[in-house]
Amino acid sequence: MKIRLLAGVLMLGVALAGCGGAKVEDTPSAAPAPSGSASASAQPSAGGTVKIAINPWVGYEASAAVVAYLMKNELGYTVELPEIKEQLAWEGFANGQVDVIIENWGHDDLKKKYIETDGVAVEAGSTGNKGVIGWYVPKWMADKYPDITDWKNLNKYADLFKTSESGGKGALLFGDPSYVSNEEALIKNLKLNFKVVTGGSEAALIKGAQQAQEQQKPLLFYFWDPHWLFSKTELVRVNLPAYTEGCDADPKKVACDYAELDLDKIVSKKFADTGGKAYDLVKNFSWTNADQNQVAMDINDGMTPEEAAKKWVEANATKWQAWIPK
Amino acid sequence: MAAEPGLAPPPAFRLPRWAAPAAFTLVLVLAYLLLRGSGTLPHDDDAPQFTAITELREWVDAHKNDSPLFLYFVNYVRLFIGGLFALLQTSLHGLGWPGLIGVMGALGWLAGGWRTGLLAMASLAACGVLGVWTLTVDTLALVGASVLLSLAIGLPLGVWAGRSPRLRRALGPVLDFMQIMPTFAYLAPMVLFFQIGAPAGVAATMIYSIPPAIRITALAIEQVSPTAVEASASLGATPRQTLTKVYLPLARSTMGLAINQTIMMALSMVVIANLINSPGLGSDIIKGLSRENVGLMLPAGLAIVLIGIALDRTTMAASRQRFRPSRVPYAVAAGLAGAGLTFVLPAEWPWVLRTAQPVNEAVRWAERSWFEVTDAIKEAVSLFLLNPLEGVLTSAPWWLVALALLALAWRIGGVRPAVTVAVCVAAIVLLALWEHSMVTLAMVIVAVAATLAIGVSLGILGARSARFSAFQRPLLDAAQTLPAFVYLLPALALFGATRFTAIFASVIYAVPPVVRLVEEGIRNVPPTVVEAALSAGSTPRQMLWKVQLPMARKAILLAANQGIVMTLAMVVLGALVGGGALGYDVVSGFSQRTDFGMGFAAGVAIVLLGIMLDRITQGADRRPPPLRRKSL
Repeated sequence: MKIRLLAGVLMLGVALAGCGGAKVEDTPSAAPAPSGSASASAQPSAGGTVKIAINPWVGYEASAAVVAYLMKNELGYTVELPEIKEQLAWEGFANGQVDVIIENWGHDDLKKKYIETDGVAVEAGSTGNKGVIGWYVPKWMADKYPDITDWKNLNKYADLFKTSESGGKGALLFGDPSYVSNEEALIKNLKLNFKVVTGGSEAALIKGAQQAQEQQKPLLFYFWDPHWLFSKTELVRVNLPAYTEGCDADPKKVACDYAELDLDKIVSKKFADTGGKAYDLVKNFSWTNADQNQVAMDINDGMTPEEAAKKWVEANATKWQAWIPK
Repeated sequence: MAAEPGLAPPPAFRLPRWAAPAAFTLVLVLAYLLLRGSGTLPHDDDAPQFTAITELREWVDAHKNDSPLFLYFVNYVRLFIGGLFALLQTSLHGLGWPGLIGVMGALGWLAGGWRTGLLAMASLAACGVLGVWTLTVDTLALVGASVLLSLAIGLPLGVWAGRSPRLRRALGPVLDFMQIMPTFAYLAPMVLFFQIGAPAGVAATMIYSIPPAIRITALAIEQVSPTAVEASASLGATPRQTLTKVYLPLARSTMGLAINQTIMMALSMVVIANLINSPGLGSDIIKGLSRENVGLMLPAGLAIVLIGIALDRTTMAASRQRFRPSRVPYAVAAGLAGAGLTFVLPAEWPWVLRTAQPVNEAVRWAERSWFEVTDAIKEAVSLFLLNPLEGVLTSAPWWLVALALLALAWRIGGVRPAVTVAVCVAAIVLLALWEHSMVTLAMVIVAVAATLAIGVSLGILGARSARFSAFQRPLLDAAQTLPAFVYLLPALALFGATRFTAIFASVIYAVPPVVRLVEEGIRNVPPTVVEAALSAGSTPRQMLWKVQLPMARKAILLAANQGIVMTLAMVVLGALVGGGALGYDVVSGFSQRTDFGMGFAAGVAIVLLGIMLDRITQGADRRPPPLRRKSL
C-alpha cells in the first residue's frame, strides 16, 4: 500500500505535468513570511528580502553583519541570515535559499559547477580581505623549540602533541568539519606522524590556542588570517612546503601550504539580476582585514553581531558611504 | 542464574554451564593476542565505494532539472511541502503574538480546561520573554507542516494496519527501521532530493514522526472490542459506517495518543533539521554549538521544552476528555480577541529577558572552577576505558570481532538475530566503514555501560523508596521531553569538544527511560513473591539480587535495549561537538561535497550498527511495545 500511496502522489505529479514539470528554481507561490533571526523587523521593507548565508566563523559573521546592517538601515531591505555551512550554502543559490555568500575562500570546484556549468551564481568581486590558512603553534613553543616552525621537524616533536584523542600520534587540532581542509592529505603526503583531531568549531580552536599560550601547553592547530585572535594571543605559523601555483590542484596529492586567497563575494544569479541596490551594495563592499577583525572581536566579546556592526558603522562613515549605491 | 545442583543430573562429567562461553572467550582473547594488527580494515577516505556514491550524487545533481522523476515528482513534492510550510508560517506570523497566544490558550482550554489553557499561554509567552519569538513561530510552523503530513499518511495507514494483520506484519520492520535509524543519518539524502531548506527538513522530520502515528493508531483500532464491531455489522452497518461510527469513536483516546506522540517526535526532530537550513529554534542551538556559546543556545533549548510541554498537555488533555461543543464559541472568541489585540499591541514581542551574558558567565565560572575535576574525569575515561576498547576493536582482525558479535547474538537471541548480525557486519565491511564503525561501537559500549550502571541504580533506588521515586519522577519527565540536541549543551560546557562529551550527553539522554523501565520492572515483581522471600528470611540484599533483579530481568533487558539504541543516536549526534567516527563522517558528508559518498555510507552504517545492537539485545525479549521511545 506504500506503493499505492506512491502511485497516488505520482499520479498527482503526472496530472500537474501539463505545465512541463517543476524545476529546482521553482519556489512555493505563497509569499515568504517575515522570518529570520537577525531582522524580525515588522515594518514593511522597501526593497524586499535578502538572504545572506552565515558560515560558521566570526570573521565571516562580521562582514555579513555590517552588510546586513547597511542593507537594513540605509537601503530599507529585510535581511535574513540563515546559518549554513560553507559548501551547503552554494546549493542554496539554485532555489533561492541563499542570495549572498559574503566571504568565499577559493572553492574553484564550486565556482566551476555553480557559476560556469549551472549558471545559478555569479562572482561579485573581492571583499578586500586577504585570507590564508595555515598550521600554527603558540608563541612559547616557537621560543622554546625554534626549529619547530619548519614542517620537517614536526615529527621530532610529535610526542609533545599527543593527547587522549590522538591515538598515540601527535594531534593536529582542526575546526568545523565544513572548513576548507587539506589536513588529511598533508599528513599523508608529508609522512607526518600526526592525526587530525576535530574540535568541531572555531570556538574550540580559539579556546585551545588561548589555553595553550596561557598554560604553556603544546598545541598544533589549523587556523587562518584574518582573525582577531592574532591581536590577543601570540601565535606562530608552521612553514609547510611553500605554495606554488597549482600544487593544490589534486586534493588527494596536496603536499604544500595553503595559498593566500583574495576572498570574494558570490551571489545568486537571480540576486545579481534583480537585487537592485542591495546587489550594488554587496558588489561595492570592500574593507580591510583590520576592519573585519575589529567587528569580529566585538562579536566575540559578547556583542550581538548587529551591535558590533552598528558600532563599526558609526565610527567609519566615510568607508561605508562609498559602498552605498547612489 | 546458576544451575541448582540438587536438580542437575550427576555432575561427574558435565562441565558447568559457563564453561563453553568461557572457553570460547578464552579462544577469542588468544586469537586476538596472536593476530593483533593483522586483518584490520583501516579507514580510507577515498574508498571506491565512497567515490561511487559521490559520483552518483553528482549525476543526480546534474539531472535535477531534466529527469522526469524530478520534473514531475520530486520537485512537485518539494513545492507542495514548501507551500504548506509557507502557508502555515505566514498565517502563524500573521496572527501576531497576541493572536497566537490567544489561539493556543483557547485550544488548551477547549481541550483540557482553564489550567491547560493557561499553561499553554504561559509557555508561549515565556518563549517571547526568552527573546526567541520569531524562531518559535517558525518552529511551530515546521512542526505543524510535518505533523499534518505525518497524520495525513499515518492515520489512514494505521487504521488500515489495525484491521489487516498482514499489512501490520509487513509494516513492522519498515517502521522499526525508521525508528532505529538515527535522525542524523538521513539528512544528506534529503538534501539531495529536496535541496536545503524547509521542505527537506519537513521530509526528514516526517520519517521520524510517521511511525508512532501508524503504530499507535493500529494498536487503537486493534483494541476496539470485536463484539462492538459485530453488533454494528449485525445491525446492518456498511463498512464505512462501521469505521466512522464504531472504530474511530472507540479508538479515539488512543488515537489522541498517536497524535501526541507524532507531535513530540516531530518537535524533537525539527531542531536537527536546522542543519540543512530549515528555519526555527534549532538555528540558535547550532549557532551556539559552533561558537561554544551556551548563553545563545539556552533560550532556544528552553523554548523547545516549553512548546513541548504546551503541545503535550494540550493534546493529552484532548485525547482524555470529552469534546465540549458548547465551549467552541468562547474559544473562538478568545482567539479572535487575541488576534484583535494584534492591532493594538506592538507588533514585536515587547519585553525580552536577556540571559546570554549571565549564563555565559556562569558557564565560564563552572568551566574554570571545575576544570580540574572535569578534565580528570574526561582523561581517565578516555585513557583507561575508551582508548583501550577502541584499540582492541580496531586492531583485532575484523573477522574475529565479527565472530565475537555473531556468537554473542546467537547465544543471547538465537539463530535469527545471529543471521541479522552476520548480514549487518558483512554490509558494514562492504561499505568500507569497518574501522569507524568499531570506533563508534567503542563509544556506544562505554556510554551504555555508564547508562546502565546509573540507570539501574537509580531505578532500584526508586523502586525501593517511594520518596526517592517521587523526587526523581518530575526530573525524568522533564528529561524525556527535552530534544536530544539540548543535552549536548551542558556536556559541551563542562567537557569541551571531545569524544567524552558525546558520551556524557548520551548518558544523560538515555538514563531516564532506563530508570523508568527498571523501576517499573522491580515494582511489578508480584508482592506474594516478595512476601515469600521475606518470610523465608532473606536479607534486603538477598531480596534484591536473588529475587527482584532476576524477576525484573525482562524489564532490565528492555532497558538495555532502549539504552543502546538511544545511546547510538546520541553518540552520532555528538559528532557536532567533537565525537568522531561515523557521526563525523555524516557531518562531513553534508558539509564537504567530496565527502558526500562517505557521509551517505556512514549513515547507512549507523543504521546497520543500530539494527545489529538492537537485535542482539532484543533477543531475550519479544518486541517492546510501540510507545518505547518518547522523544528523541
